[in-house]
Amino acid sequence: METCFRELGERLCEDLADDEVLLLNYSGEDSDFVRLNHNRIRQAGHVRQQALELDLVANGREAGAAMPLGGVLEDDLSRARALLQRLRERLPLLPEDPHLNYATGVNSTVQHGENRLPAAGEALNQLIDAARGLDLVGVWAGGEMSRGFANSLGQFNWHSAYSFNLDWSVYREGDKAVKQNYAGFAWDHDVLAGKIARDRETLALLGQTPRTLAPGRYRVFLSPAALFELMEMVSWGGFGLKSHRTAQTPLLGMLREGRTLHPGVSISEHHAAGLTPRFTGEGFIKPDRVALVEAGAYRDCLADSRSAREYGTAVNAAGEQPESLEIGGGGLDGGAVFGALDTGLYVSNLWYCNFSDRNHCRITGMTRFACLWVEQGRPVAPVNVMRFDESIYHILGDRLEGLTREQEHILDTGSYGWRSNASARLPGALVNDFTLTL
Amino acid sequence: MPADWQSVINDFKAVVPAVDFWSLRLVREEAETLCVREGVVQPPSLAQGRGVHISLVDRGGAAWAATSALTREGLRDAVHEALGWLEVSRRHALVAAEHQPRPQRSGRYATHIETPWEAWSLAGKLDLLQDINRALKVDECIVDWQARLSRRQIDVALVTGDGVVIEQAFHHVLPGYAAVANRDAQTQMRSGGGWGSMRQGGLEQLAAFDFPDSARRVAEEAIALVEAPECPDTTADLLLMPDQMMLQIHESIGHPLELDRILGDERNYAGTSFVTPDMFGSYRYGSELLNVTFDPGVAPEMASYAFDDEGTPAERDYLIRDGILLRPLGGATSQARAGMAGVANARASDWNRPAIDRMANLNLEPGTSRLDELVASIGHGVLMATNRSWSIDDSRNKFQFGCELGRLIVDGELQGLVRNPNYRGISATFWRSLAGVGDPDSLEIWGTPSCGKGEPNQMIHVGHASPPCVFRNVEIFGGE
Repeated sequence: METCFRELGERLCEDLADDEVLLLNYSGEDSDFVRLNHNRIRQAGHVRQQALELDLVANGREAGAAMPLGGVLEDDLSRARALLQRLRERLPLLPEDPHLNYATGVNSTVQHGENRLPAAGEALNQLIDAARGLDLVGVWAGGEMSRGFANSLGQFNWHSAYSFNLDWSVYREGDKAVKQNYAGFAWDHDVLAGKIARDRETLALLGQTPRTLAPGRYRVFLSPAALFELMEMVSWGGFGLKSHRTAQTPLLGMLREGRTLHPGVSISEHHAAGLTPRFTGEGFIKPDRVALVEAGAYRDCLADSRSAREYGTAVNAAGEQPESLEIGGGGLDGGAVFGALDTGLYVSNLWYCNFSDRNHCRITGMTRFACLWVEQGRPVAPVNVMRFDESIYHILGDRLEGLTREQEHILDTGSYGWRSNASARLPGALVNDFTLTL
Repeated sequence: MPADWQSVINDFKAVVPAVDFWSLRLVREEAETLCVREGVVQPPSLAQGRGVHISLVDRGGAAWAATSALTREGLRDAVHEALGWLEVSRRHALVAAEHQPRPQRSGRYATHIETPWEAWSLAGKLDLLQDINRALKVDECIVDWQARLSRRQIDVALVTGDGVVIEQAFHHVLPGYAAVANRDAQTQMRSGGGWGSMRQGGLEQLAAFDFPDSARRVAEEAIALVEAPECPDTTADLLLMPDQMMLQIHESIGHPLELDRILGDERNYAGTSFVTPDMFGSYRYGSELLNVTFDPGVAPEMASYAFDDEGTPAERDYLIRDGILLRPLGGATSQARAGMAGVANARASDWNRPAIDRMANLNLEPGTSRLDELVASIGHGVLMATNRSWSIDDSRNKFQFGCELGRLIVDGELQGLVRNPNYRGISATFWRSLAGVGDPDSLEIWGTPSCGKGEPNQMIHVGHASPPCVFRNVEIFGGE
């Protein structure tokens, strides 16, 4: 589709008046989606979708539109021209936009992914076979995703990748289950078999009589997946320049009250290690990394094109919510976390987090899946789901005992409208006095 | 039916092979969004969507494919993809092919619109949003403020190999505004004018959201909340206004009653349910004041329709009556799997997703108490309005919700504002503490355009109408 998008862009730009600039963004997806329940197929299907966004700029004004692409150039061109004309007619009705900002230097890039995916049907056969006898529920999502940018100034960018994300749970009874994920670019049956084998081992532990914890403060180990849930909340306005300048960031205490995180905590948006395109929707090229928190102190914000213009800084992100978040590792041995925890709660997953006091970055949420009670370094029983309510200033601050050396690369399973290409690299965290409330 | 759809249908019929059953769902959408933030007109956007969803059932298997390529070649490719998954599905199918729905009746539906979107010019709409911006910026401590107005037109046609044709056309308006006040390290946001919700109809619906008249009040409340004391930590009576009742109904009645959750489909993502099939018909879900309906016929409510996306005719039904659980939220497929009666709630978020069990309009029926009578019934309590935080466990039982605004109630009278009001409880017992339900005059229609669920993920609009309600002895607390 790269060739079609390039030609579509070139021909649309031929029609522009001298004072017009056109920005084009392309999105394409060719994905299989297969839902499973009770280790059988609930729904299986395929999505092929392509869409084009057009932003027309003239005389300091901008108007945008989006349309589906059918894949037939002349037909798509005709509909895009009609839409462009509608934008052209609205521009004079708009005031000048003081925050208008798009790349004027030409930085063209092309990155093609290599298709190393298995036949999806065969991968599903292997999964169902490996999980025979298990109550497995989950989803396979895999295929090609592509993004493109072009403008009338001559810039062209292309990014395509082939990936899969197999996300599942294996249930023992009721809500007692093991959560697993296998995501990547090349399929290895042995990796899958190893994960299913570990599921079977953990299921045996879930058969123990579950513990019900009383509300109170507990020593906990948060797995990278659990920390991912917490950081999704912090990322909701936590690092964006606009939210900082308008005092809406949940990290407001770091700006206004001198609060800090643990000196061992460094957080960055590591664009170079992520899976998203390196170009923004306005044609800017992202830097390799943006340091957000360094040694516990707040450092920089993510600035998209409009905020960058409004506050006079450089664009360093496509949007102001991280898509390639990284927390640096610490000194804990990831293979010995039960021993380090000694006695307390091993939190494999958290769920449905939200702010209970945004000004103090206090987050509530639930434990989920195979959270285990650990005694003297040994997991002894599953724990019934518990609600927590705790501030990040404690979790990653004064009650943080350590982070694991190892980071886990977590590929977002999100697929609202399109498959997500966000990811995060996170360690696990050992935390004292973590508050459980209900 | 849009003019170009008949050729798509004809092309599809030309390429689909002989199968036991097929259906073709065509979806076309056009949306427009206008926003003025801090007095600056944001670039307005037009968004078009168009695609088809193909479902095939044959010899024990079922599969789907969706494409935005609406040429005969594109449709042929999609059919090829579906046939491939049909083959895999035959070996591993969870749902028996005979349980796949086959619509029996053709029909039409269209939103009633009195004032079309085009009746107001672009300049007129932007002027209105600028006026609201000026009304919101009442003080220097308002640090962010914005007003939005959007609309969405969605046309859907469901055509089946049995000759059924269902055409539905929906039009929604999405207004709203918000003001953010800050002093030092204390920030509070207040929203109004329909922020975070929408209604079915045309621009005439704006007045029902008090849009734009409440703008100044919204800003003044944001400032007052910055100065207000924290909500106390207490166990007391709770008066929830309709714009929070919406969330309470959604999370702790709607989701637990979704039959696909009860059947286990959502256990890897959205979760399971504390409700089990044996509870229907006898389980006391709430006090005798609790009456909840699935009602697709409330014209301005956002999820009104005549047929769901499996082609089942939609009708009003009681899910809970006099506090007793009667019926789940399950569409035709789930009903067949579970052997239970349900409702017409199999819905897809767009052409690129299959139908699953969703809420639609899920309403709490009004009682007999005026709002002032509800307040007067409370000796020690808190009124809470407008949801801003939601969290509940994967069985939809242990919840904690927070609101934008709280107001103390002492000896039956409203007192001052409190900030950061939160409460927590357990669904299975919370509804049994329902002690007062507002009358029809106090009922308001709300809902959310963004209920998330499903694998692959689907975001869909759901409506919730409710009067204000009183709950006894609830755990209430504030911020740090």
